[in-house]
Amino acid sequence: MAILDKHTILEKNITLLSIFAFLVVTIGGIVQIAPLFWLENTIEDVEGMRPYTPLELAGRDIYIREGCYVCHSQMVRPMRDEVERYGHYSLAAESQYDHPFQWGSKRTGPDLARLGGRYSDEWHVDHLRDPQSVVPESVMPKYGFLENRLIDGEHIEDLLRTHALVGVPYDEDMNGEPSMDRIENARADFLAQADPDSDYDGLLERYGENVNVRNFDGQPGISEADALIAYLQMLGTLVDFSTFTPDESR
Amino acid sequence: MAQQPKKKQDVDTTGHEWDGIQEYNNPLPRWWLWIFYATIVWGIWYTIAYPAWPGIKNATAGYLGFSTRGQVAEEIAEFEAKLEPINAKLVAADLNEIRGNDELESYAVNAGAAVYRTWCAQCHGSGAAGAVGYPNLQDDAWLWGGSMEEIHYTVSHGIRNEEDPDAHWSQMPAFGADELLTEEEVQQVVNYVMSLSPVNPPVDASLVEAGAEVYEINCAACHGENAMGDKFQGAPNLSDAIWLYGGDYDSIYETVWNSRFGVMPPMGGAELTEAEIRAVTTYVHQLGGGQAPE
Repeated sequence: MAILDKHTILEKNITLLSIFAFLVVTIGGIVQIAPLFWLENTIEDVEGMRPYTPLELAGRDIYIREGCYVCHSQMVRPMRDEVERYGHYSLAAESQYDHPFQWGSKRTGPDLARLGGRYSDEWHVDHLRDPQSVVPESVMPKYGFLENRLIDGEHIEDLLRTHALVGVPYDEDMNGEPSMDRIENARADFLAQADPDSDYDGLLERYGENVNVRNFDGQPGISEADALIAYLQMLGTLVDFSTFTPDESR
Repeated sequence: MAQQPKKKQDVDTTGHEWDGIQEYNNPLPRWWLWIFYATIVWGIWYTIAYPAWPGIKNATAGYLGFSTRGQVAEEIAEFEAKLEPINAKLVAADLNEIRGNDELESYAVNAGAAVYRTWCAQCHGSGAAGAVGYPNLQDDAWLWGGSMEEIHYTVSHGIRNEEDPDAHWSQMPAFGADELLTEEEVQQVVNYVMSLSPVNPPVDASLVEAGAEVYEINCAACHGENAMGDKFQGAPNLSDAIWLYGGDYDSIYETVWNSRFGVMPPMGGAELTEAEIRAVTTYVHQLGGGQAPE
């Protein structure tokens, strides 16, 4: 087999071997990864998804800063026991605006992908302050200090710009038309969402009706707890599963 | 193709030699080789049987038609079909007759316990003993009623939530914060209320008498003249030893001054099926304090 004998040329030349090995790995990688970017059954467009509001995005940053992901995943796997416990299994589209995504398999605490709306804001405040007061068997540390740390959204516009840079459509409006409204009004939206007495029509116009506007921690001022609870209360609530029909080939 | 290993002296070497060490060029064992070929064949079959090859718009679906989504839907449907007969019976039964019907009760209590641990335990506690602000379901004190029908209603619609227009609703005024009572009057009424309950004696017994008057005008309409509460307004009994938000002076003072606003989400509609709600109702009813219908 003459062609196989040629292999000795590669085996005896380390530079050539490196180049060819690199080529083979590259081709293998492209074949495996590239189709995922164009196949219709891997990029599912789901109705209801919107980017995080500025307050939710700030809450998400706090979630990541405090390392919540170390114990909590945000991905309900398509298995009967998980679906019965947490709700509908997660769709890829539900983390399309996540940078970075919060999937995972380490669950010291429960999965949080469908947390939104499941408990009252008061429960979240109580639970963050002292998790054992409501769940005695919990090993979660206390996060009451979040209530005392006020935030003013000073850099929220930059945060939105950064996310827009990596593909989150903050530079578009609800209809997908280019618009800088979301970024320019970031600070105003940030402040409006935690104050039910504010004029929050613009916020709803920019992010849709499915936005919770409340004083989440029940105390004056916007604290980190407000932002975090705003984020937790919207998790998994954007897609209306009563009207969603799963395409089985996905 | 593979050959039988030869005797030592017949075997060729690979032709390499390092420091006088040579390497025999023995063929691979047959069993190994055939398994190797078999895995290649299996690998090709796998890509045909299961979703694999990418095309222009879609990947091949595989002739077995497998999908994880299909699998989980199938599994759920399988268990739903198994539970369908007993769930149908549970839904059709009169609420007040579920307890006492051995078959339904034992099913409802077990299924209800699972529902409870998933949906209720985070607030009411895994043992249903509650916490500050979250009622104990083990005792026989019920804010909104403890019969099967009343628990069923509370579970279905929740309390003071915005999602369900039929939710239980009542709101105690913030007597201090809204300036309905003076600070002095609040101190009086708190002392009076403490005198009603066997938990803590009043802090200042001299205020009790004045507090009774304040109570009569401001509180009796909901909590009752005898302070026994009113389940139609979710007004708690103030004469027993049970204090949802604490029965010490400071806690009661806070309650009168700012009022409380406990929320429970509705479990009906999208969250739980009617059979699940009935199961968890039965479970809660049998925990200790379930009441008979009036």
